[in-house]
Amino acid sequence: MMVSDAPRASRDTAWFEEAVVAVLPELFGTARRLTRNSADAEDLVAEAVARAWQGLDALSDRGAFRRWIHRILANTYTNWWRASVVRPIVESLRTEDSVDESFSLFDQLHQPFLLWFSTPEKEFLNKLLREDLERAIDELPEPFRVAVVLADVQGLSYREISDALQIPIGTVRSRLARGRATLQKALWQHGLDAGLVNTRTPRSHNV
Amino acid sequence: MCDRTILTCADALRLLAQYLDRELGDGDRADFEQHLATCRSCYSRAEFERRLKDELTRLGESHVPSTLHNRIRALLSDVP
Repeated sequence: MMVSDAPRASRDTAWFEEAVVAVLPELFGTARRLTRNSADAEDLVAEAVARAWQGLDALSDRGAFRRWIHRILANTYTNWWRASVVRPIVESLRTEDSVDESFSLFDQLHQPFLLWFSTPEKEFLNKLLREDLERAIDELPEPFRVAVVLADVQGLSYREISDALQIPIGTVRSRLARGRATLQKALWQHGLDAGLVNTRTPRSHNV
Repeated sequence: MCDRTILTCADALRLLAQYLDRELGDGDRADFEQHLATCRSCYSRAEFERRLKDELTRLGESHVPSTLHNRIRALLSDVP
């Protein structure tokens, strides 16, 4: 994408470049999780930065730059999503209703009467690697994955996610609940497979 | 006058995600935190979910390849 032809003061360019470079690691990290590969993530960030530059006049408070450009990144990804992956979305939306959102990793791990300074759930989190979490997120069904990345990785609000995905806030909450439950179930299964937990019998109590 | 609502564990569990996502209003957040201060089980659950969320947030930081840095510089150097 080309940047705008409209002339802008060189101090704007310098400020914008500095502001972009400061948030580039988090833009790229989020884009990696959204696109699941580096090449597409680079394209996504480059397009979002170009859009941000084009729309810079709409940013009235430059102190709000970080959240603003994150929203642009989310919106840019959503535009890609709509344009290129329609059929998989329809198929994965069909799976939304069949997901159990009550699964809780804490319920599987927690043992109420152990000493407080060392609990199975803390030990489990300590043993998880970054790649374990990345794999669990990458394997989520698309609508859940995008909601979880936007909320938990990117830190957008429900309203911002609702606007980016053009879905009601109730649907945002529902996708987050189901996505997080699915993620925790995958981490629990990984914990069993990798020997991170002692039991092979999932507990099913509820709080 | 205090108009705080006493939450049950089921109430707290229902509000947990919104609390961690900073989506609760002041009143609900105060009620929730009051419950956490008196319930070891819900406190432990909230701490676990908060730590897991923090771990996911950390995935948002990634080393930026030099190719992307170069693209951004090239993009802005074309600006009139």
